[in-house]
Amino acid sequence: MSGWTRKDLLGLDELSAEELRIILDTAKAFKGVGERSLKKVPALRGHTMVNFFVEPSTRTRTSFELAAMRLSADVVNISATASSLQKGESLKDTALNLEALRADIIVLRHSSAGASRFLAERLQASIINAGDGAHEHPTQGLLDIFTMIEKRGSLEGAEVAIIGDILFSRVARSNIYALNKLGAKVTLVGPSTLVPKAFEKLGVKVAHRIDDILETADVVNLLRIQHERQRKEYFPGIGEYIKLFGLTKARAERLKPGCLIMHPGPINRGVEIDSDVADGDQSVILEQVTNGLAVRMAVLYLCAGGVGLPS
Amino acid sequence: MSTLRIFNGRIIDPANGRDEKAELWIRDGVIIETPADGAKADEEIDAKGRIIAPGLIDIHVHFREPGQSHKETIGTGSQAAAAGGFTSVVCMPNTSPAADNAGTITLIREKAATSSIVNIFTTGAITKGLAGQELAPYNAMVGAGIVALTDDGHCVQNHEVMRRAVEYARMFGLVVLDHCQDYSLVGGGVMNEGEWSLRLGLPGWPRIGEEIIVMRNILLAELCDSPIHCQHISSGGSVRLIREARARGVKISGEVCPHHIALTDDRLQTFDSNYKMNPPLRTERDIEAIIGGIADGTLDILCSDHAPHAKYEKEVELDQAPFGILGLETEFGLFSDILVHKKKAIDINRLIELYTVKPAKLLSLDRGTLSVGAKGDVTLIDPDLEWVYDKEQSPSLSRNTPFHGTEMKGRAVQTIVAGKTVWSL
Repeated sequence: MSGWTRKDLLGLDELSAEELRIILDTAKAFKGVGERSLKKVPALRGHTMVNFFVEPSTRTRTSFELAAMRLSADVVNISATASSLQKGESLKDTALNLEALRADIIVLRHSSAGASRFLAERLQASIINAGDGAHEHPTQGLLDIFTMIEKRGSLEGAEVAIIGDILFSRVARSNIYALNKLGAKVTLVGPSTLVPKAFEKLGVKVAHRIDDILETADVVNLLRIQHERQRKEYFPGIGEYIKLFGLTKARAERLKPGCLIMHPGPINRGVEIDSDVADGDQSVILEQVTNGLAVRMAVLYLCAGGVGLPS
Repeated sequence: MSTLRIFNGRIIDPANGRDEKAELWIRDGVIIETPADGAKADEEIDAKGRIIAPGLIDIHVHFREPGQSHKETIGTGSQAAAAGGFTSVVCMPNTSPAADNAGTITLIREKAATSSIVNIFTTGAITKGLAGQELAPYNAMVGAGIVALTDDGHCVQNHEVMRRAVEYARMFGLVVLDHCQDYSLVGGGVMNEGEWSLRLGLPGWPRIGEEIIVMRNILLAELCDSPIHCQHISSGGSVRLIREARARGVKISGEVCPHHIALTDDRLQTFDSNYKMNPPLRTERDIEAIIGGIADGTLDILCSDHAPHAKYEKEVELDQAPFGILGLETEFGLFSDILVHKKKAIDINRLIELYTVKPAKLLSLDRGTLSVGAKGDVTLIDPDLEWVYDKEQSPSLSRNTPFHGTEMKGRAVQTIVAGKTVWSL
């Protein structure tokens, strides 16, 4: 497709608005494929994709796997425990071995920021970042934005609130970078320890009261409070978090009628989001998952230089 | 008996306030009075109008022996020192095993005697195993020849242990050199905490993690009336603290590494581990404050923190890569380029002073001057030479430097230790 020249997708910070639009347009075409009874296209036939997940994941890994299958690529899954990293092999050596096996695409999930760039600079294969530490999770950012645009049309001037643990969130970062480029106005909401004021330098607003955004937001994107990564000095506990920042029923009622409620999953019902609110009319959480498949097909297709785009 | 005559140069000897066109004579490794006209020397060096300076001293290097000789040996490290114009270096004790006992220090000194082409001075650990808990045997280590105490790479967190270390060191006239890092505030930080750590999602290493220990050291130096030297200052805030304390007469000092004034934290956006060092690269604001501190004398020691690591060790995920970069060959050029030529913060005479008499005084080394009777360590310097660093030419065993291809103005061109040329351009 004209305009796309990258072999890798490492993050949304480095993409232009035009490149974002190319991915989103391509994803739209692939979404149509997913709605047919025959869901498979031959675009990446003969290509091999390795799902290399050094950090655990179910949803993203499955989504990439299905995306590759629908493009007719061959898929191999490698988890941290099954890889030689456990035996002390370096990331570089493991990756060189994958390349020696002629992998065309490596989808990497890794706990270190910059890990996907590290591979991209050293391998011929296309590297797709499926989450690198707290840095970026570009396909999640893309599927969030795809969903927003599908529901609302343009993002120009849209008020998007991202609520939760921003400091440790790669999803938040990918969203911020792309939303800024597409003209949305982003407000980060959360405790002052997890949403330091310095984030304003990224061109967003920072708020520490959820009330500040309830009546004005066009989109609220709730992030999971990540217990396993949380150090307890950041906030005193879940109870206090829910009181201050949880999207309770009462708060959800104050949202604008058209306001979208989003969540990258997995959700903690009753923590960052009330259970009924998660299942309510404004929630697009499961549509995000469906769209994730189309977005990942588009990314794989573009980076691997596939042919035969569906009309 | 062997004599060396260095002629046709400009002697800059800050220890004696000298800056004049003159000859320098060395006999059997010791500087002597210049004889009457017409005297003949066994060896003659034409300085070609360049500066004849006391041999440069770097009080902060890691030569990795014993234990990690795949990164650097005392021999290869000394060659890198000579290639940077250094005739003396002070080695940090974080070897493997650590230099926390007389035996290891003796081993290092014996190795230096047989393999080094420059003077090697050694430090001993403040605490056993650099673990911050129990004092190392200072008396025995002094007997083995240490010139200072430091847990560099580590920082004594327990203030009581640090207090007693400084008090006990005072009895031996030893300066305590401290790597200022509060572990609870720094945690797993890998780069400056700020806009770029937020952008890149990398754990931040906040300035306050350094400043709070600098402040602790100021208070302890004051309490114990004994000197503490703060290593590799990276934060502008630390400069202010040291300036205020020195004005009160506190025996506190600080040193600067070139990378902390040459580079800023935005470099990490490439995730290149050659920009990862401890303490980390910071911002323009810090650089201005540090240069201001050098200009007004608050910070009067310059050094490299030469920290070699093998390529395979550095070529890993950024948060897992070891901290540190090479520095001996580039430090004089970088400081000359930035401080003397670009920022005009100090002149070449002061730069030489910061690399000679100042470190010699701090650690009571019998070096750093061209006085008659002093050791014949000399560095010839071309203050205006424009050059480009090529790491592939380095005698170091490692290549971890962000300065490959960097253009600089000012360079040492010949290194003479005890009257013998050990390196020349």
